[in-house]
Amino acid sequence: MTAYLDHAATTPLRPEAFEAMVPYLTERFGNPSGVHAVAREAKRAVEEARDVVAECLGCEPNEVVFTGSGTESDNLAVLGRSGVAVCSAVEHHAVLDAVARGGGRVVAVDGSGTVDLDALDAALDGDVGVVSVMLANNEVGTIQPLEAVVDLVRRQAPAAAVHTDAVQAFPWVDVESLARGADLVSVSAHKFGGPKGVGALVVRTELRPLLVGGGQERELRSGTHNVAGIVGMAAAMQATVASREETVRRVGALRDRLADGLLAAVPGAVETGDRAGKIAGNCHVRFPGIESEALLVLLDDAGVCASAGSACASGALDPSHVLVAMGVPRDEALASVRLSLGWTTTDEDVDIALKTVPDAVSRLRTS
Amino acid sequence: MRVLVAMSGGVDSSVAAALLVEEGHDVVGATMKLWGGASDTGCCSVSDVEDARRVAQQLDIRHHVFNFGDDFTRHVVGPYAAAWSEGRTPNPCIECNRHVKFDRFLRRAAQLGFDAVATGHHARVTAERDGRHALRRGVDRAKDQSYVLAMLTQRELAKVRFPVGEMTKPDVRAKAEALGLRTAAKPDSQDVCFITSDGGREAFLGERIALRPGRVVDGSTGAEVGRVDAVQLVTIGQRRGLGGGAAGRRYATAVDVAGGVVTVGPEHDLLTDEVRLSDQTWADAPLASGTEVVAQVSAHGKGASAIYQGDGIIRFVDRQRKVAPGQTVALYDGDRVVGSGIAR
Repeated sequence: MTAYLDHAATTPLRPEAFEAMVPYLTERFGNPSGVHAVAREAKRAVEEARDVVAECLGCEPNEVVFTGSGTESDNLAVLGRSGVAVCSAVEHHAVLDAVARGGGRVVAVDGSGTVDLDALDAALDGDVGVVSVMLANNEVGTIQPLEAVVDLVRRQAPAAAVHTDAVQAFPWVDVESLARGADLVSVSAHKFGGPKGVGALVVRTELRPLLVGGGQERELRSGTHNVAGIVGMAAAMQATVASREETVRRVGALRDRLADGLLAAVPGAVETGDRAGKIAGNCHVRFPGIESEALLVLLDDAGVCASAGSACASGALDPSHVLVAMGVPRDEALASVRLSLGWTTTDEDVDIALKTVPDAVSRLRTS
Repeated sequence: MRVLVAMSGGVDSSVAAALLVEEGHDVVGATMKLWGGASDTGCCSVSDVEDARRVAQQLDIRHHVFNFGDDFTRHVVGPYAAAWSEGRTPNPCIECNRHVKFDRFLRRAAQLGFDAVATGHHARVTAERDGRHALRRGVDRAKDQSYVLAMLTQRELAKVRFPVGEMTKPDVRAKAEALGLRTAAKPDSQDVCFITSDGGREAFLGERIALRPGRVVDGSTGAEVGRVDAVQLVTIGQRRGLGGGAAGRRYATAVDVAGGVVTVGPEHDLLTDEVRLSDQTWADAPLASGTEVVAQVSAHGKGASAIYQGDGIIRFVDRQRKVAPGQTVALYDGDRVVGSGIAR
């Protein structure tokens, strides 16, 4: 009996996506960059997918660049702009490390993980080329005030582009309207029921490519298209948008039951971040006195899949930079767990977690 | 039995895990991430973790990675720098065993419900009378690692297994090859895991303590015969880097860090009757004064016959070279470790 509660890491492939992909994994194997009939068939699939993605993201088809991942989209958005890069302290490493590479500026967040607009203001000047603030955070789910960020940047650094990493946000919020003012928007297929190995970047500004060669995606992203992946991503996007409202309602209720249940059952448990200001699938809790590493092993033993912190390259847990940026003390940051729900989560998953997590915490506290 | 095997990514721990699986135990592997800084190889680099993980996959056992970097910094790296700054010669691998591998790791294993832990060390634990345990040398004397395990007491020995201690190193490699383990031909890690061959100890310590130059003085005449760049880095018994060329072999016989003076003299000046120990541990009962022991003062050194005097004093039967303060002395009765201490 397993409960998969790590949807923020990845999600199961939606049946619509799978069905859409099969032909492009089998008989329709063409390379869209070719000239003949086989190539044209693949090209058509990519362009139809592009139309769908554009509609779901509220942009023009020629503003959609297909990439290999959310990380690649983030890297392209930041490294593809000249000038100084600025980002919030809770960005994914795909943004943070790209910003650091060019010697950029990192802006503090408050205790709920929301970007400090005054601090952001202070970091803006005529040298800034890109400002990156994620639409929703992957660790604790906080939704950022992107509209306010866009306003601020237009006033204080008009030459700068605004990038938002919408990778975690897409399943849960209307990215089309919330990210309307942004110049660059990243998404990643496997976070919303699409396949791994494909993402997209909305590009409404000047950008230099990372990958050069064949000149695909209007020179912005060379490399043979992952046709099946792109087709799968489009199908998953469409299915996600169509059911998003209902999913947010249903899963939000499951998440509330889970979070409230844990807070009630585990003495001293603390919820991270403000429930009202986070995406519907995120449940992040701290259990002072235990270690996340040990907790995750016990949960895994019991069939509950969850995560914590950021797994470094070796797979060991480092304390989450997001929690640290929010002012959570280091030992508490190392005593936390992220349970992230998704479109396939059921009441049974929540029941299993509510039974397993308190037991595991109690076991660790008394050992 | 549920066993947690510490897998470094090397061939010894790989085979240790394999042997336990063959014996039918419920085995899980774990790699400790201890050092995040520059490292040549062997222990804890990402590729070593990958090797361990791959071996675990091949053995069809689960594998975890534990971040004990804080403990490692606090109990191993910090004291290492502090010891050198005071002119002592620490053995960080021993402190890692004492505080991390056979303390923190043991506690984590207990928390997770394991009955025992195992490592790839070349040593043996045997069951003795009355439920006691003995730590003994590994059968491959050239690879015996009982010296770095000499601090273990009954509390740890009851919970530890060393599966490859009954094998020679060539047999271990042969076993790994026979099993098709990825690490069969991987070279053994040498040296301290957090010191790179690039800069060595000097570069590492230079970043952490203020290395000061010193004078080299002849022990008998008092004349200054040379200089050293870093007096803290000179070890008793050292010959190199002290300004050679004088008649006869010249060894560091004393190091005065505060005064900035290294005293040198012939080998004869290094010889001593005894070594005094602090931080003593006993594998079982403390030794009575007057007990005969064999004292080993380095990882692969030959032991020297001695009599335990009590109060941490070891009197050698034949004069031995002085043991540098900070070095571990392991005490044996035959092939059995009876205790350990750190030279003052």
